[in-house]
Amino acid sequence: MDLYEYQGRDLFERHGLPVLAGGVATTPEEARAIAERLGGRVVVKAQVKVGGRGKAGGVKLAEGPEETVARATNILGMDIKGHTVHKVMITVTADVAEEYYFSYLLDRANRTFLCIASVAGGMDIEQVAAETPEKVVKAPIDANTGVDETKAREIVSAAGFPAEVADQVVEVAVKLWQAFVAEDATLVEVNPLAKTKDGKLLLLDAKVALDENAAFRHPDHEALVDQASVDPLEQAAKEKDLNYVKLDGEVGIIGNGAGLVMSTLDVVAYAGERHGGVKPANFLDIGGGASAEVMANGLEIVLSDPSVKSIFVNVFGGITACDAVANGIVQALALLEQRGEKATKPLVVRLDGNNAEAGRAILDGANNPLIQRVDTMDGAAERAAELAAAGV
Amino acid sequence: MAIWLTKDSKVIVQGMTGSEGSKHTRRMLAAGTNVVGGVNPRKAGQTVDFDGTELPVFATVADAMKETGADVTVIFVPPQFTKAAVVEAIDAGIDLAVVITEGVPVHDTAAFWAYNVAQGERTRIIGPNCPGIASPGASNAGIIPADITGSGRIGLVSKSGTLTYQMMYELRDIGFSTCVGIGGDPIIGTTHIDALAAFEADPETDAIVMIGEIGGDAEERAAEFIKANVTKPVVGYIAGFTAPPGKTMGHAGAIISGSAGTADAKKTALEAVGVKVGKTPTETAKLMREIMSNR
Repeated sequence: MDLYEYQGRDLFERHGLPVLAGGVATTPEEARAIAERLGGRVVVKAQVKVGGRGKAGGVKLAEGPEETVARATNILGMDIKGHTVHKVMITVTADVAEEYYFSYLLDRANRTFLCIASVAGGMDIEQVAAETPEKVVKAPIDANTGVDETKAREIVSAAGFPAEVADQVVEVAVKLWQAFVAEDATLVEVNPLAKTKDGKLLLLDAKVALDENAAFRHPDHEALVDQASVDPLEQAAKEKDLNYVKLDGEVGIIGNGAGLVMSTLDVVAYAGERHGGVKPANFLDIGGGASAEVMANGLEIVLSDPSVKSIFVNVFGGITACDAVANGIVQALALLEQRGEKATKPLVVRLDGNNAEAGRAILDGANNPLIQRVDTMDGAAERAAELAAAGV
Repeated sequence: MAIWLTKDSKVIVQGMTGSEGSKHTRRMLAAGTNVVGGVNPRKAGQTVDFDGTELPVFATVADAMKETGADVTVIFVPPQFTKAAVVEAIDAGIDLAVVITEGVPVHDTAAFWAYNVAQGERTRIIGPNCPGIASPGASNAGIIPADITGSGRIGLVSKSGTLTYQMMYELRDIGFSTCVGIGGDPIIGTTHIDALAAFEADPETDAIVMIGEIGGDAEERAAEFIKANVTKPVVGYIAGFTAPPGKTMGHAGAIISGSAGTADAKKTALEAVGVKVGKTPTETAKLMREIMSNR
């Protein structure tokens, strides 16, 4: 889960890191209240989970509450690379003398953590990294020994931080690592890490990503989810423990296993190229079990998406036998009818693997005109795309 | 001979008395796996009956190894306890630890992996969040269905569970030496490269199917490795060509961030080193079938 800047700022503050005083507003009036509380000149920053907002006009200075209201009015509702701004963060300003870069992140390739630090921080860090890689230090961090003062001094010295801020950077490096571990983050990025004209170090931006697998030890992380931006169908699926991602096509997809479902999306998209450009409407992995109830829940979610014109149920019977899956599908359709949500979209079902013959016989025996059985994955995708194109 | 798991492997199960652990212990036994016991400190000294096979429960992995000569452990404990279970297995010096558990925090995986590296990588770890490893007809450690395919001379390495089963099913008439599900998490103990190296060295494997998915650059690195080290034919499949950037597709590692991790980039990298990449699982199986029939 990626956090907004203001959430990252709050997280840094909780872990004793130096950040600017500020607050977050969803309306110009809230922005005024914050500006009044802070006093003097402030910065109004669009809160979007995408880079380049400064260049897009989403970051503005304001002299006092009136100008803050004007800036906030302007920025709220703005579109930045497809992201609508719903919140602005208001902070006091800092007299910045120098901008550095500092981050910790997961290094998948080396199966460890990585610290990236540079004294050439700011807006153009990516360019710096590409053109003058010697100015960017990349230090692997052992997950078990982490970043203590000694390790932090190594990084600070390798990156060439000026002597007058070295002690402060060391302190930030250690505390930021502690926050990274304590919060089960996969990324904490500070750009810029600024030195003010009076020589103080400040974390002026916060990019934080948290590991959702660690939610069991962070009950407080739930509150960081931006409910407004969660798709209602994704939310409904989550409440039923289904792994669902809304996409923008017409063919509803239900399958078992993340890899097989991803593969199903591809196969349907290829077939769609031959049928009016229809695309997958969603990713839905019902997991290995595929019981009638889980299947019913899955079908309910997919059918409640109005853009769905046909559904492709793609199940490989591994641990679960196909006859159980077939029974699940038939019962799920009956269950939906009982719930008063009778399915009306055609269902193309492909069952293969364990007890496939028995499963197919059950589907055929159900005599449900909505169910169409196709026994290969590619063939079923073709049929589902064709039906969706006809139903559009 | 297969890789890493043979008919001589002696397997224990950490979490054998839990619901998933007991269900799959029964299935592993039915597949002919030599399961010799389980680990649960609270039930040490008891035995558990699996359709007539009495398996002893030990307090620790070390005890189990001492008493039974076990060299493989399959881990089913819940995510909260997975790190401790893997560290215990590493401390006991077991050869192979197969971590089935899904939903392990990546800081925990990073920690047990770093610990394993610090101990000289004595233990091969497969997973977490993986279906395990099966050498058809010999042994099965994990949750891969045993009856999909018989033994043969294809090696299979895959990030995904059900796609693994799909591929085994497509090529069941030819058969497999070993099928390894390495898992789709951001950090995993065994990579495509590890499996490619082992299959290359295995005299009972003639060709290799490699299944990848979006996210990370493991497939690109595997391509580099193949170029320099693999002489056996390799066929590839990548899932997620149409996955949109920024959306996590089920596996914690399956996310396209920025320009990295796309299926197209992986396909291009593999094809550049002579790996044939199928557009669909069925097409991929067909490519492998052609290779095997021309031998």
